[in-house]
Amino acid sequence: MVDFSLWDILRNLLLAARWTVLLSIIAFVGGGLVGLGLLLARLARWPGAQVFVAGYVQLFQGTPLLMQLFLAYFGLALLGINVSAWVAAGVALTLYTSAFLAEIWRGCVNAIPKGQWEAADSLALSFGEKMRHVIGPQALRIAVPPTVGFLVQVIKGTALASVIGFIELTKAGTMITNATFRPFTVYACVALLYFALCFPISATSRRLERSFKRGR
Amino acid sequence: MVALDFLAVLEQWPALLRGAAFTVGLTTVSAAVGGAVGVACGWARAWGAPRLAAVVGVYVELIRNTPFIVQLFFIYFGLPSLGVKLTPEVASVIAMVVNLGAYAAEIVRAGIENTPRGQIEAARSLAMNEWQVFTRVVLPPALGRVWPAMVSQIVIVMLGSAVCGQIAAQELSYAANLILSRNFRGFEVYLIATAIYLAVAIGIRQFLHWAGPRFIFGR
Repeated sequence: MVDFSLWDILRNLLLAARWTVLLSIIAFVGGGLVGLGLLLARLARWPGAQVFVAGYVQLFQGTPLLMQLFLAYFGLALLGINVSAWVAAGVALTLYTSAFLAEIWRGCVNAIPKGQWEAADSLALSFGEKMRHVIGPQALRIAVPPTVGFLVQVIKGTALASVIGFIELTKAGTMITNATFRPFTVYACVALLYFALCFPISATSRRLERSFKRGR
Repeated sequence: MVALDFLAVLEQWPALLRGAAFTVGLTTVSAAVGGAVGVACGWARAWGAPRLAAVVGVYVELIRNTPFIVQLFFIYFGLPSLGVKLTPEVASVIAMVVNLGAYAAEIVRAGIENTPRGQIEAARSLAMNEWQVFTRVVLPPALGRVWPAMVSQIVIVMLGSAVCGQIAAQELSYAANLILSRNFRGFEVYLIATAIYLAVAIGIRQFLHWAGPRFIFGR
């Protein structure tokens, strides 16, 4: 049997953590774009958009991410698409992220005083101009802390991709455990690595929130 | 043409029903114990001695910044090497309690810290001791204020419990895996399981919003 030192365990976990980070970035960027689309469709009052987005958000917030991953995995295969764990995890996490971000950002837009909308309307600004020059910049300021905070949820969510065979930090932990029979050490290291990833982000989110409150 | 066969899944309804009942059971126990842990930790964070508050703070940050699945694996696979043997069910409940406790602590703390000073001073001036001040004056309205957040968190923990099937706790997602292994109808099985989760989530939400003001922080 190969002997694993603590350093070997940590080194392998660190290598696997790259994929956790990459998957998080894909989900966050993809989810951000889709979420923005959903939000704009809602704000532009497209017919049916209100109901559709509300249902979409309810659906993704009311079901387990694990089930969404399984559905993406089996659903895409059913459509005849050759699914790797990458595709399934990317799609499921993107949709999941988009639902939460659309809802978070809607709250931020709603926090903008009604007078701003009315003022923009009275200047005969088009929807695009209103978003770009009046609502967008103000909403963005409010949206930064909760959005950064949600990034932590996304990183933690990628851990579930291990269940459909995506090799990231958690899956690497399981594999190393099977090789070393030292689950206590390995999972403690896995947890600490997640902590090292997430804690600075949640601390930043909190700091931003505080400084934002003070700035008002 | 994609051929879906939901009947092949639905005829296994007893397994799904048992799984759903198990999920609800896990959630009930975890919500009760985890809520109590949350209140205790919230008290420690807001009113406790500085050292105690710091220790609880470390617990809260550790749990909130690591994934539930890793916590579960650590408890189920890691602790036995320290001589603590756990069944999947017990490990699941412990993981859910530990997880919910940390989130609930922050929620309860927010509620406690928003208590108007005057109410505490009024209670003290009535010669209530600290225990009475906390349990009778501070806690009930604090829980009332943060109840919506608490309900959301309990639902999140219920949804998170889908992972417990990975350590063979026999809840809903475990039942779904089992049915999958019988008829290979992966998409249909998980679609139905997802729908059941959604229904359970809505049910728990409705129930807690109804029950909270009546039994937990009402008068």
